[in-house]
Amino acid sequence: MSERVLMRGNEALCEGAIIAGCRYYFGYPITPQNEVPAYMSRRLPEVGGCFLQAESEIGSINMLWGASCAGKRAMTSSSSPGISLMQEGISYLAGAELPAVVVNIMRGGPGLGNISSSQSDYFQATKGGGHGDYRCIVLAPSTVQEIAQLMVDAFDLADVYRTPVIVLGDGVLGQMTEPLVLPEPSKRKIPKKDYALDGAKGREARIIRSVRLTPDDALEKHNFHLQEKFREIERNEVRCEPYMLDDARIVIVSFGMSSRVSKAAIHTARQKGMKVGLLRPVTLWPFPTTAVEELAKNPRVKAFIDVEMNFGQMIEDVKLAVSGRKEVRFYGRTAGMLPDEDELLAKIAEVYG
Amino acid sequence: MKRLYSRPESLKDVEMSYCPGCGHGIIHKLIAEVIDELGIREKTIIVGPVGCSVFIYEYYNCDGTESSHGRAQAVATGMKRALPDRVIVTYQGDGDLAAIGTAETIHAANRGENFTTVFVNNAIYGMTGGQMAPTTLPGQKTTTSPFGRDTASTGYPLKVCEILSRFEAPAYVERTSVHDVKHILKTKKAIRKGIEYQMKGFGYSFVEVLSMCPTNWGMSPVNAAKWVADAMIPYYPLGVYKDRGGEGERAAGAERIEPRKEPVVREKVL
Repeated sequence: MSERVLMRGNEALCEGAIIAGCRYYFGYPITPQNEVPAYMSRRLPEVGGCFLQAESEIGSINMLWGASCAGKRAMTSSSSPGISLMQEGISYLAGAELPAVVVNIMRGGPGLGNISSSQSDYFQATKGGGHGDYRCIVLAPSTVQEIAQLMVDAFDLADVYRTPVIVLGDGVLGQMTEPLVLPEPSKRKIPKKDYALDGAKGREARIIRSVRLTPDDALEKHNFHLQEKFREIERNEVRCEPYMLDDARIVIVSFGMSSRVSKAAIHTARQKGMKVGLLRPVTLWPFPTTAVEELAKNPRVKAFIDVEMNFGQMIEDVKLAVSGRKEVRFYGRTAGMLPDEDELLAKIAEVYG
Repeated sequence: MKRLYSRPESLKDVEMSYCPGCGHGIIHKLIAEVIDELGIREKTIIVGPVGCSVFIYEYYNCDGTESSHGRAQAVATGMKRALPDRVIVTYQGDGDLAAIGTAETIHAANRGENFTTVFVNNAIYGMTGGQMAPTTLPGQKTTTSPFGRDTASTGYPLKVCEILSRFEAPAYVERTSVHDVKHILKTKKAIRKGIEYQMKGFGYSFVEVLSMCPTNWGMSPVNAAKWVADAMIPYYPLGVYKDRGGEGERAAGAERIEPRKEPVVREKVL
């Protein structure tokens, strides 16, 4: 498994899913993620799995519910408008505590928008997205290598916490081809699926549901339980990549593809003598609040620049963590317009002073 | 003394949430009796709807799941693909199956998914308090058609058996009723046939059951049963709309294309 291969992001994520043991895929075509269903339709039958093109994204997410009820590793993928259609289903999955992996290869919005790269679904992914009090674990890959690995991790996280996990990739990442080493299967211990429905043979009948009407406090109690689980995820699963932060006066916070532009700008800035570093959240939820907070408390750090392919969504979480201690500036482009290294450099120089 | 009649093993001994004279209890019992008779309680999974029968899984001594409004057949599709040797039954009302879930219904039927759907048509939304359903009869008064269903503005009642039976893939489509004993027995036979077809792998089986909603129709249970016979059956004729069971194929004439194993060619990076 150690040889390096060239793959497109959308295909690498499929291999990651198959390595993770995913055998069921349900999806509906939408650009820029069409390579995912195309790849899965050929590949899943080879490993004894099942690919099914659904009638809609609403169909996809509910087919995923069905396969997840059966205790199987299953996934769907789509892009922004299709993910909006799935929100009711994702809320149900969170409420019923069913594991599921949903890949969103984001495109430009709002509305039909365009088919180019964007990161403007940050709010939707990290704040719940559908109705009710819940969060999805959100993983944000920045390379083709990482998207394959994060698929393996996503299935583990979904099973360990019995909750939907969103892999949030940018359109560019889905489309670009890069070398990678395919990930190894995970060794993480997965709890027994003692909730799965497979016929009540020699045991009590099981029910999977999100509805709770009686007694009066049943739903609140369930919500307390869910919140405890979300706090546990926040304690255990935060991931971020610190990059050149040891001496940084300016901290860029950026995820996915915009973090790669940020890294390039950091190199150029450092050649010009400006000490700039990057904090790249890998989990967008749980957000690396503590890491940002520590940097904000560090007297060496003068200011933060939040860089995103949207008009400022993650910046709200950055500001909450910074909590007024330091200035937080924003630079963003969106809807197919990638952040420009020179524009970002100008912003860095302006803030650096 | 020989016991002649008792609660089916597949039904739990719990109180159901239905109103007096409602047909759901009868239909639940028929499905449970069929499950018992076929000896499949331990391999059956019930997929419930949103509507009056939202708690159906509470009543069965079988595994069960809820589904979001209208999506029971998408859920059953994913489940059956994952567990092809289990028996999956979806149970849905007219709002669930024929309004919000029309797309899922049509495509599951058209794919010939190998599960059984029991569709309860009582011409009204029960749980939400008697609104107009896609199956509400012309002129029928509901809380959202207070002067009677106006077909010029709201169209005509949807005849689901007539639609699904036009497709190639479904194995069995029948409409029955539970307004009297004779028809209750016929309904049981139809449900049994549908589930047997699924067990034989014939593909999609669909049983529409005309049923009573005395509460939201504003009638006594006796008059409600009479209204099914007098008003509903003329509009929704009973009978077998499609039965390709004997042909024994998922869809007679359907071509199964086996996937080829092709080595994945990847460019190596040296």
